[in-house]
Amino acid sequence: MLGSYWESVAVFTGINCLMGISLYVPMMAGLISLGQGGFMAIGAYVCALLTRADVPFALALAAGGCAAAFAGVIVGMPALRIRGIYVMILTLGFGEIVRVFFATFEPTGGASGMGGIRPLTELWHVVVATGAAVLLLWRIRHIRFGRAMIAVHEDDVAAEAMGINLTRTKLLSFALGSLMAGIAGGFYAHQALFIDANQFDFMRSAVTFLYVILGGAGNPFGPIVGAATVTLLPEMLRVVQDWRMTVFGTILVAMAVWRPDGLLPALRARGA
Amino acid sequence: MLLQQLVNGMMLGSTYALVAIGYTLIFGVLRLLHLAHGEVFMVGAFAGLQLVLLWHFGPLGALIGGLIGSALLGMLLELVAFRPIRRRGNSHLAPIVSTLGAGLVIQELMTKYFGAEQSAFPSSLHSVVYDLGFIAVTGTQLFIVGAAAMSMIILHQFVTRTRYGMALRAASENIEVASILGINVDTVILLTFAVASALAGIAGVLVGLNFSAISPYMGIDMGIKGMAVMLIGGLGSIYGAMMGGLILGIGEVLSVAYLESAYRDAFTFGLMILILIVRPSGLFRTGLHVER
Amino acid sequence: MSALLSVVGVSRRFGGYLALNDISCGVAAGHVHALIGPNGAGKTTLFNILSGTLRATSGRIAFDGHDYTGQRPDHVLKMGIARNFQHVRLIRGLSIVENVMVGCHAWIDRGIVGNAAALFGLSSGERAAAEKARELLEFVGVAAKRHVEPPELTLADQRRVEIARALASRPRLLLLDEPAAGMNPAEVNELRSLIQRIRDREITILLVEHHVRLIMEIADNITVLSAGSIITTGPPSVIQRDPAVIAAYLGKSDEPAFGA
Repeated sequence: MLGSYWESVAVFTGINCLMGISLYVPMMAGLISLGQGGFMAIGAYVCALLTRADVPFALALAAGGCAAAFAGVIVGMPALRIRGIYVMILTLGFGEIVRVFFATFEPTGGASGMGGIRPLTELWHVVVATGAAVLLLWRIRHIRFGRAMIAVHEDDVAAEAMGINLTRTKLLSFALGSLMAGIAGGFYAHQALFIDANQFDFMRSAVTFLYVILGGAGNPFGPIVGAATVTLLPEMLRVVQDWRMTVFGTILVAMAVWRPDGLLPALRARGA
Repeated sequence: MLLQQLVNGMMLGSTYALVAIGYTLIFGVLRLLHLAHGEVFMVGAFAGLQLVLLWHFGPLGALIGGLIGSALLGMLLELVAFRPIRRRGNSHLAPIVSTLGAGLVIQELMTKYFGAEQSAFPSSLHSVVYDLGFIAVTGTQLFIVGAAAMSMIILHQFVTRTRYGMALRAASENIEVASILGINVDTVILLTFAVASALAGIAGVLVGLNFSAISPYMGIDMGIKGMAVMLIGGLGSIYGAMMGGLILGIGEVLSVAYLESAYRDAFTFGLMILILIVRPSGLFRTGLHVER
Repeated sequence: MSALLSVVGVSRRFGGYLALNDISCGVAAGHVHALIGPNGAGKTTLFNILSGTLRATSGRIAFDGHDYTGQRPDHVLKMGIARNFQHVRLIRGLSIVENVMVGCHAWIDRGIVGNAAALFGLSSGERAAAEKARELLEFVGVAAKRHVEPPELTLADQRRVEIARALASRPRLLLLDEPAAGMNPAEVNELRSLIQRIRDREITILLVEHHVRLIMEIADNITVLSAGSIITTGPPSVIQRDPAVIAAYLGKSDEPAFGA
């Protein structure tokens, strides 16, 4: 269909969209993570280890996602009663801890990384997964959990007075986001065929953050637009060759100053 | 031997402390993360190096050069990447994007100009050794510890004794009230960036002297470590940043000396986890971490 | 009539300041019970203790015989006590009807299956909640604006939506915190009729209010608080003539005069 280069680009774009959504979910409950790379790493390594042991891909993906979700609950707990910026530093630290862990953990290759991963990821897998995630976001206010997240973010005193368990809602949203990042990691491992700790470093988490902010943090399609734009931008910037990163950095500053709400506007509430 | 390691740890730790103080100053006043601070640190190191290479300045001259270079860059960043966002109403996520972008630009430009390889940082002090009986310290080590200590003492005086220092503390407490009281908030913020960046620049030169080499990528590692130290010491606490930096530096050096070197970074983040579990507000709590 | 809500020996200190001093009272089921008193009497403090937002320093509170001292607000709601807020707290990112549906949180599908079904519009629980929300918005009189966001409504309408949201949780006791504040006489009349209709649905109401005329018209029982202690409890006719009550209000020129 597409040439194999562009098919690969499409797969990575889809994976990035999934990562963007994985951050968007906890952000809806007011939890901003700069550590999604860590959850992605956990998902990637767990999934790769399992497929190496001939576990079916779908099962391995699910297991990687669950491992990441479990980590999400653990990281989420200290994040419950503290301010947004602090959660960012906490998750940033978590991401680094994961990176250091995988860089020194010999059974998964340590600093040399893990290779020989089977190429199991196909474009349709990623399309379906991303599509499901987008559907979730699109319809989020129509489900009890979605309204609860929004309420908790906006006014937790009122939310609690309406019977919403703040702890459970926040932890669940964080775990859901980590689950998605873990699954994205599993897809990534079986597309890149070689993974090492440095591919899931702070830059990965920071770029995931960018997907959401640049796309528009108030819009469910924001992470998709942001991920697609940021992933494809370096391709489009090939013309400026060596100056790609410089131009990209400048664009970021310009966006933050002139369009801090991101590319897509915040959606107004729609009726039930 | 242990004493030697402690001295090494103090040297490393004081550079961490200087960078972390910068983060914490900015966080205290603006409640924002300055993700390009690591790059400011790196530029200070290069500024100092240039003075040494081009005009044969000694370490002290390099230090002052690094200090000034970083301070200027820091102020430029405030004007370009923070102030316009503040003008438009405080989004606390937009500065993350802008500083991320600015940091990227700075790193790329420095890599273009100086090459991606490490550059040697020569110093006349390396060869001078002082034998104190139970340990031997080189001139470099003395200089580093001394310069870091002086910087922190001067900062302390500045924050507690001068008018600007008090304005800074007022703004950290409550920026709206400070502005109502007649404090020029824009000036205070610019000044905060200048001070924070100057400290980072000093740290850059000291690190260069310590390791005899610098590279355009040195800001990444220090950037993250600096934030970790800020967290360990307590967000917004200058003394926390000092203590945290020293603890981290000594801990890292000891864990490399007595465990494997691969675990160096593990110490940093292990300590971070410990703090988060046991005392999330940091060693010196300021209350800035709590919601509402 | 047995007390649905009972307060026994409740005190609350804020540092050295004793806001409530050994308060004991009860609210009978099916009543509209008012809590009045001059500013600083401790009404809001007591209200917040009853809703779980604040903890009593000492004493016990019980609902339908079950002690719920020290429980969190979400647990209090699940027991059957719902509240509104004096300074309206509606969720801005949600439409009016979605706000009311948040009130249904405690009783609709909590499982993954239920939530997942709702994504595709296949959840009966979700439909029931939407229907309940629509019905309640009509009940309070804001049905026409249900797809709008809170900031676009008048204060009186926002208050009504908040009451609808509280009612959505199927409470047996409704706590109202100054629902008439900032309302003009016509709106107060509508509020009075609304409170009566709520009582007709066999929901007990405890309200904190300054609006004396409203209280006198609607309350079955009134508890008067002053400087952290209860002065007296009784029906409106008795309270109106009680000299101690009148004395508590005298000298406060911003309070409306009794009997006026």
